Amino acid sequence: MEEFETPKPPHTNYINAEYGLKSWLLTRDHKRIALLYLGAISFYFFIGSLYAMAIRLELLTPQADLVQSSTYNKMFTQHGIIMVFFFLIPAIPATLGNFLVPMMIGAKDLAFPRINLLSWYIYMVGGLITIYALLAGGVDTGWTFYVPYSTTFSNSYVIATGVGIFISGFSSILTGLNFIVTIHTMRAPGMTWFRLPLFIWAHYATSLIMILGTPVVAVTILLVALERLAHIGIFDPAAGGDPILFQHLFWFYSHPAVYIMVLPAMGVVSELIANFSRKNIFGYKFIAFSSLAIAVFGFLVWGHHLFVSGQSVYAGMIFSFLSFAVAIPSAIKVFNWTATLYKGSISYDTPMLYALGFIGLFTIGGMTGLFLASLATDVHLSDTYFIVAHFHYIMVGGTLLAYLGGLHYWWPKISGRMYPEGWGRFSALVVFVGFNLTFSPQFVLGYMGMPRRYHTYPADMVSWQVLHVLSTAGASILGVGLLIPLCYLVWSMRYGPIAAANPWNLPGLEWQTASPPPTENFLTTPVVTTEAYQFAAPEHKEVVGKFERQKPAGT
Amino acid sequence: MQSWFPFIPESASTYSGDVDALYFYISGVTIFFTLLISFIIIFFVIKYRRRNAFEIPRPIEGSHKLEILWSVIPLLIAMTIFFWSAKVYFTQYRPPKNAEEVYVVGKQWMWKFQHATGQREINELHVPVGRKIKLIMASEDVIHDVFIPAFRIKADVVPGRYTTEWFEATKPGRYHFFCAEYCGMNHSGMGGWVVVMEPTEYENWLSGNANQMSPAAAGQQMFESLGCASCHGANAEGGRGPALLGVSGSKVALNNGQTVTADEGYIRESILNPQAKIVTGFGPIMPSFQGQLSEEQLLQLVAYVKSLSIPKTETQTAKPAPASKPSATPK
Repeated sequence: MEEFETPKPPHTNYINAEYGLKSWLLTRDHKRIALLYLGAISFYFFIGSLYAMAIRLELLTPQADLVQSSTYNKMFTQHGIIMVFFFLIPAIPATLGNFLVPMMIGAKDLAFPRINLLSWYIYMVGGLITIYALLAGGVDTGWTFYVPYSTTFSNSYVIATGVGIFISGFSSILTGLNFIVTIHTMRAPGMTWFRLPLFIWAHYATSLIMILGTPVVAVTILLVALERLAHIGIFDPAAGGDPILFQHLFWFYSHPAVYIMVLPAMGVVSELIANFSRKNIFGYKFIAFSSLAIAVFGFLVWGHHLFVSGQSVYAGMIFSFLSFAVAIPSAIKVFNWTATLYKGSISYDTPMLYALGFIGLFTIGGMTGLFLASLATDVHLSDTYFIVAHFHYIMVGGTLLAYLGGLHYWWPKISGRMYPEGWGRFSALVVFVGFNLTFSPQFVLGYMGMPRRYHTYPADMVSWQVLHVLSTAGASILGVGLLIPLCYLVWSMRYGPIAAANPWNLPGLEWQTASPPPTENFLTTPVVTTEAYQFAAPEHKEVVGKFERQKPAGT
Repeated sequence: MQSWFPFIPESASTYSGDVDALYFYISGVTIFFTLLISFIIIFFVIKYRRRNAFEIPRPIEGSHKLEILWSVIPLLIAMTIFFWSAKVYFTQYRPPKNAEEVYVVGKQWMWKFQHATGQREINELHVPVGRKIKLIMASEDVIHDVFIPAFRIKADVVPGRYTTEWFEATKPGRYHFFCAEYCGMNHSGMGGWVVVMEPTEYENWLSGNANQMSPAAAGQQMFESLGCASCHGANAEGGRGPALLGVSGSKVALNNGQTVTADEGYIRESILNPQAKIVTGFGPIMPSFQGQLSEEQLLQLVAYVKSLSIPKTETQTAKPAPASKPSATPK
C-alpha cells in the first residue's frame, strides 16, 4: 500500500520492455507467452461456461423447453470438448506453468523459447478450427467421440472438430517436451532435484503424460476421421473391426488426461499450503514421488471406463484393482497437505482459501471415485449423473479451484498489481458454495438412475426435478462467483495497488526478483542453498559444489 | 412413488440389495474420511491461524511412520471394497443356466423385445416376478445400453456382438429403463418400462398375445428359406457343413487346432463371417450372410440353432462329412 502512495520509478519489466501487437505476437519470452495463453484459455472457458449455463437451464424442467434435442446434444458435446481440450488441459501448465517453471528453477526462459511460441500458435489454430466447426453447425458426438456413432451415424462436423483437437494436441506435446528439457538442464546452481518446489515435480510428471499419452489420442482421432471418410473398417464390425477398440484407445489417453488436468493443480496446492502456512511441506519426497506414481499408474487404469462395455470379467477385475491402487498416491498427498498445516502459521488470504477448498472438494471427488473403481457399484453408476458429479468435483472442484488459487497467488508477480483481497475472499466463498450446490445433488441424482447426456427426463420422477433445480440454482451462484474475479482481476491490471517484489514474504525463487519480473527474470543468476519452503533461518551455512550461500532465504 | 424424499431408487431385484449394501459401505467410508479431513483442516486452520505477521513456525520434516500408516490403511480399506465388489459383480456377470431368455434389439431410438414364446414388445418388457430372466442384446446401429435402475443393472448393447445381462425381479410394479449410452438425437427418449407381474398374471398376459411365432420357429423357417439345409441337413444333422444338432453350448474343435464354446456369439459369427472359425474337417465353403439379415432375424436363427438338441433315441451323432467337395455350390 505504501508503494501505491509513492510509486517507485518504473523499472523495465517483461510487460513494458516492448510495445505493440507485434512485440507480443512474436515474443519468445515465456512470461508473455503465458499471458497469451491466459487470454486464450479465458476466452474458451467463457464459451464453455455459456454452454454449461444453457444445459443447466434446460434441465430445470423434465421436458424440452429451451432447445431441441439435437441442439442440446451439441451443447453438452461442445461444453465437454472446449472445457477438456481447450481449458482444463492447458489451463495450469500453459499459463502458470509457462510463467513459473523457469522462474521457480532460476532460469531465464524455457529451453526452447521458439517452440514455446509455436505451441501457442498450434493451440490457437486448433482452437480456431474447433470454433469454426461449432459455428458451422457444431458436433453432437459427446466429447468422447464413441464409434460407430461418430464414424457412421453422426451428421455433424466430426472431422473438423477432430482436426482441431488433433492439432491442439501437438501444442500439449511441445509444452511437455519444453518443460522436461528445461527442468533437466536449466536449473540454477544448487537447485538439486530434491530442492525443486513441488510445483515443478507436478509439472514434470504432467509433461511425461503429455508426451506419452497425447500421440495416442491423435492417432485415435485420425482413425475416426479415416473411418468416416474412407470407411477403412477398423472400428466397424461388419468390416471386421471392433467398436470397443476405439474405447480402449480413447481412454488410454483420456484417463491419463485427467491427471494432466489434476497433477498441475496438485502442484499449485502444494505451493499454496506450504507458503500460506509458512511451513515446509510435510513429506516432500512422498508428494514428489506420488506425482510420478500417479503419472505411471494413470496409464494402467483406462479399462475402468469399460466395465459395462462388454469387456471381459477378468479384465474388469484387473482394472478395478489397479484403479484402487492409483487412489493411494492421491490419498498420500491429501494427508501430507493436511499434516503440513499442523503447527503452521496459517493465513486466510484468498489463495489459501482456494487451496483449502481444493483439499475438501478433491477429497470428495477422489473418494467418490471409489464407487466407480468398484465393479458392482460402477455397473449401476456408469453413464449416470454420479459420474458427472464425480469428475466435476475433480475438474472444477480440483483443477479450477487450484487454477484460481494459483492465479491469485502469483497475480502480483504476473501483473505487478495486487488484487482486492476482500473481493477475493468473498468470491472464493461464493465459488465454493455454488460449486457444492451445483454438483452434490448430482451424486444423488446418479444413484437414483438419471442417465447423463439426457435432454429430457421422466416427469413422474419428482425428486429428480427437485435435484436438478438445486443444481441449476448452484450453477447460477457458481457463475456469479466466477464473474467476480474476472471483473476485479481485469480492474486490478490497471488500478490495483502496485505489488512489492515479494508481497507474501516467501522464500521461493520467483519472489526474489521484481514484480513484474524483467525479461531475463533474474538480474543475476540465483544460487540455491536450501531446500524449498525454508521459512526459518537455517542453522548452518551450507555449501553446494563450489557455490556458497549468497543470500539467506526468506529475507 | 415413495412418500418421503428418496435417496436411492426402488429396489426390485434379487441383486439390488447387494449393490445397495456395497453402496452404503463405500458411502460410509467416503463420508467418514471427508468429515475426518474436513474436521482436521478446520481445526488446524483455526488453531494455527496466523497471529502476527512475523511469526515463523518451527519446521517439521515429516514422518515415515505416518506415511506408511496413511498409505497402508487406505489401501486395506480399498481392498475390502475391491474384493466385496468383485464378488458381487462376478455373480452378476455370469447368467444362470436356467434363465428364461428374452431377445433384445436396440436401434435408434427404440427397443424391440421378443420372448422365447414369441411375444413381441416395443419399449416395454413384461416379466414375471421370481424368475431369472436373461436379456440377449444386439444393436442394429450404434452402441446402446439397457439400464434398469430398480434392478441396479446395466450393459452396453454393442453392434456386431451379443451382450447379456440378467435379473430376477422381486417386486411387481412398473420400473423405468433407460438407454444409458449416448446414441444420438433422441437418446433421452430411448427408454421405456419394465413391467414386473405376478406369475399368474404374467401367464395371462402371455396367453393373451399367443398368436406369434416363437423365435426358434421363425428361425427354422429362415433356415429352410435361406437354403441352410442344403449343407447342414434338413434336420440340421450335418452334411457338407457341420451338424448343428446339440452344437449349442458344446465345445467345438476348429481346424486350426483350437476349440471354442458354441455360444450365441460364436453362432452369430459363424453365420456372418463363416471363414473366421471353421470346424475341423470342413472346408471354407459357406458364404457370408453379412448384410442380408437383420439383427432380429439373426437372433431368430441363433434361437433355432440353440433349440436343436440331439434326440434321445438317436444312438450316434451325425458324422461330419469330409469336406473334399470344393465344387459344391454353397447356400
